[in-house]
Amino acid sequence: MNAYSAMIKGAFGDVFGIGQTLTQASPILFTALAFLLAFKCGLFNIGTEGQLLIGAFATALVGISFHELPAFIHVPMALLAGASAGGLWSFIPAVLKTRFGAHEVITTMMLNYVALYLTGYMVNYPYKAPGWVSQTVPIGKSAELPRILQPTQLSASIVIAVLLAGILQYVLRRTTLGYNVRAVGSNLSVAESGGINTKRIMIISLVLSGAIAGLGGSGEIMGVHRRFIEGFSPGYGWDGLAVALVGGLHPIGALLAAVLFGAIRSGGMVMTRITGVPLDLINVLQSLVIFFVAVPMLARLLKRRGFKWRLS
Amino acid sequence: MATLLDVMNVGLFAATLRMATPITFSSLGGIFSERAGIINVGLEGMMLTSAFVGVVGSYYTCNPWLGVLASVLAGGLLGLLHALLTVKFRGDQIVSGTGINIFAMGFTAYMCQIIYGSRGASATVTGLEEIPIPIPIIGNHTPLVYFMFAIAVLSHIVLFKTPIGLRIRAVGERPAAADTAGIDVYRIKYICVTVSGMLAGLGGAFLSLGHLNLFAWGMTGGRGFIALAAMIFGSWMPLGAFGASLLFGFADALQMRLQALGLLPPQFILAIPYILTIAFLIGFARKVTPPSDYKPYLKE
Repeated sequence: MNAYSAMIKGAFGDVFGIGQTLTQASPILFTALAFLLAFKCGLFNIGTEGQLLIGAFATALVGISFHELPAFIHVPMALLAGASAGGLWSFIPAVLKTRFGAHEVITTMMLNYVALYLTGYMVNYPYKAPGWVSQTVPIGKSAELPRILQPTQLSASIVIAVLLAGILQYVLRRTTLGYNVRAVGSNLSVAESGGINTKRIMIISLVLSGAIAGLGGSGEIMGVHRRFIEGFSPGYGWDGLAVALVGGLHPIGALLAAVLFGAIRSGGMVMTRITGVPLDLINVLQSLVIFFVAVPMLARLLKRRGFKWRLS
Repeated sequence: MATLLDVMNVGLFAATLRMATPITFSSLGGIFSERAGIINVGLEGMMLTSAFVGVVGSYYTCNPWLGVLASVLAGGLLGLLHALLTVKFRGDQIVSGTGINIFAMGFTAYMCQIIYGSRGASATVTGLEEIPIPIPIIGNHTPLVYFMFAIAVLSHIVLFKTPIGLRIRAVGERPAAADTAGIDVYRIKYICVTVSGMLAGLGGAFLSLGHLNLFAWGMTGGRGFIALAAMIFGSWMPLGAFGASLLFGFADALQMRLQALGLLPPQFILAIPYILTIAFLIGFARKVTPPSDYKPYLKE
């Protein structure tokens, strides 16, 4: 019981706790939205972790390369770098899927490892800052996202993430692209005979998915760490996957679920510090939730009892 | 060229067999599951959990074979869970498998911290002993490596030369027809997915008890997914998957030896097996047809 009260106090106990919760929620929300977009198109993108890492590194690269730029140019540039690098990274499995028929679950997972080692190489060899830590030098001040709740690390990246959730909801519900994405996801052959270029839609949604995950990486670099540190992500990609599923595969649901998991992560840190219970318990918790959500029958049962859960 | 000879020698063949073992077991597991119409992307998590449970089993009993038994049971249990979620509740197979993978990441690290006081690695336990055989090129291995040959051949015989194999394939290809013919579709699926987990469990047991004699965080390193690629590359045939696993095992063995040479930064070398896996999927994913459409079967 001690562990849980430490966790709750850590997550919501004071302004600092809330700030840390939202700080942890930001990257998770990005990866959740990324996973969600691909899932709506029937693609299971488990590579958001790798896309986040690649995006983060690209952002760091832009961040450390310029120092005299005005912020209103440097910040968008760094964000764009993260989004395009993440999108480029997910373009690989998109092409492998549509052109070569390679299942995205295997390819995106393999690319996670490749991304891990690629960024690991970069940060240990060509871009290693002096010292014994595997990290780059700090990014330029002009590329930093402002911290919006001092003294916590909460940065403007949460604002971007929330806006993105709204945009994604609009795109999925109100635009042709969104309609096409959902059509491909719900029934591939019907969508195809309905005249939708399914391969094109798949590539677009997977690339956008990777771009969103990449932006999540940018947010971490520009808002929280201000440099690329090896191993900065404790598995935000997997968190995002769980969050998207728990949020009922709905952008707004993901927003709420991300805050919940952010609280578990930040509260968990406090819990680990006080009680020594390792943070890995979060993964166990996530998996239980995923099993629960994986099963439409259980979800339906809950719905009948008044819970509003929806899958797809 | 002395360095090349250092890498390409007789020991490389033995190392190939060793590194192919977990991938082979896991890909055979994948075949049993997919032949019965259930995708199993949870192989990775089943291996990881089993690798850990095997170490715990050997740690408390001081008998590595009881550890292997524990591994197989743990894998089988996760297989059963996967079957329960996907067959009985008709849940999404990939979501369920991913859930198992995430569970394994958290469970093993958490329990490792609880039991051994470190989430990174367990204590060293009694591992399986190597059995020397008089053929020099094969090298000395733990029994699980010899087991691999036997189980690969056995899987082929079971799937393609026995009535039960015919039933399994029928359940995967045409569940409705199999049902009409009086086959208990659900039961076959349950058995196959559980066996799938048990085979992945053997692979996990090899990693921890037959190779390093300890559990290390994330020690499967994506081998469950590489096994899926080997399964596809071998077009869902046990012997084909075995051949493909040997190839991936070779890449893994080569990677380890190149690393020891220290010619390139380790990150490049570590990435080789993953890039190779993608390369093979590019070449072969289109050329083979899956044995099932993997739709959940609803009995009328």
